[in-house]
Amino acid sequence: MSEFLILFFSAVLVNNFVLVQFLGLCPFMGVSNKLESAIGMSAATTFVLTLASICTYITYHWLLKPLGLEYLQTISFILVIAVVVQFTEMVVHKTSPLLHRVLGVFLPLITVNCAVLGVALINVNKQFDFIHSTLYGFGAAVGFSLVLILFAAMRERITVADVPAPFKGSAIAMITAGLMSLAFMGFAGLV
Amino acid sequence: MMLELFTQHPLLAATGALLLLGVGFGALLGFAAVKFHVEGNPISEQVNALLPQTQCGQCGYPGCKPYADAVAQGDEINKCVPGGQATVEAIADLLGVEPTALDAEEKPKQVAFIREDECIGCTKCIQACPVDAILGAAKHMHTVIVSECTGCDLCVEPCPVDCIEMRTIPQSLQTWTWTLPSPIPPEVIASDREHAA
Repeated sequence: MSEFLILFFSAVLVNNFVLVQFLGLCPFMGVSNKLESAIGMSAATTFVLTLASICTYITYHWLLKPLGLEYLQTISFILVIAVVVQFTEMVVHKTSPLLHRVLGVFLPLITVNCAVLGVALINVNKQFDFIHSTLYGFGAAVGFSLVLILFAAMRERITVADVPAPFKGSAIAMITAGLMSLAFMGFAGLV
Repeated sequence: MMLELFTQHPLLAATGALLLLGVGFGALLGFAAVKFHVEGNPISEQVNALLPQTQCGQCGYPGCKPYADAVAQGDEINKCVPGGQATVEAIADLLGVEPTALDAEEKPKQVAFIREDECIGCTKCIQACPVDAILGAAKHMHTVIVSECTGCDLCVEPCPVDCIEMRTIPQSLQTWTWTLPSPIPPEVIASDREHAA
């Protein structure tokens, strides 16, 4: 049990995908203007990342490994992730229009979120088993959500703050992200 | 046997595996596209096409599309003030229901007018305007672009100095139209008149 907890918190805090491993920076900067959209993006990413780490595990261990095709992992993972995202969007659109209105715009964006591919490849590299892979994917998504929501909340406040003219807009956002990253470096080596 | 063939020919195996993935996923998505197909409500689209797209919100919905959705769900069709009676009749025609009276008095086409010497440049009317028909900057005089104004009068309310008024557009060569013929009683056709005389 404690092993799972350690894996989870290492994915959320210590090896945070955005601020420590620098994956998924595009949505981190792009969708953090408003807290509401950040929450929507977080929810969608959490769902897709967990599902994608399950599907890539199955693809790798049931298809690629038996045939000795480990070198095809990247391209087939991209395929799997794209299909998972697309399929999820269709199902959500049909079954829950309300959820689709919240997540709708963000679901296709996740296809190109490199954190998703990153988790799949790290799962293979670290030779996690099924449960570990799923938990690691979920932890990575929770970490991504945590950082994205915190950052969006900060940016909402920064927009009304008296920022010096040269730093207005994206510049101060970049500096904020850097400072957040420095803060998260403080967790390094804990696990 | 099959597995042996694949392990001996890595190229075949790679092609086969990716082909399998591609075909499998393609089939899955194709199936999902049919199974989870969502009908966009066609009535709502058609109603939306009839609405004036002023996005003024006078119907009580946040825009024309939400009102079109509501009409498709069975809401009253007489709430669109900028569209006037003509829009009510068009929607009634589309839906096959009796046209009802517009839920507001019919007004001649109006545009907003800013009394410019009274304007304090607060930009509140600019934020209120759904079609960006008001020009101006903070602490500078604002003015209305007459050709863009839809006459929705949403800018009148927020003005703190009440310098916006709605003015009826004076008739000009550009705005003049034939007046609709008044309905003729059916018996007054030439032969009837002769018959009567």
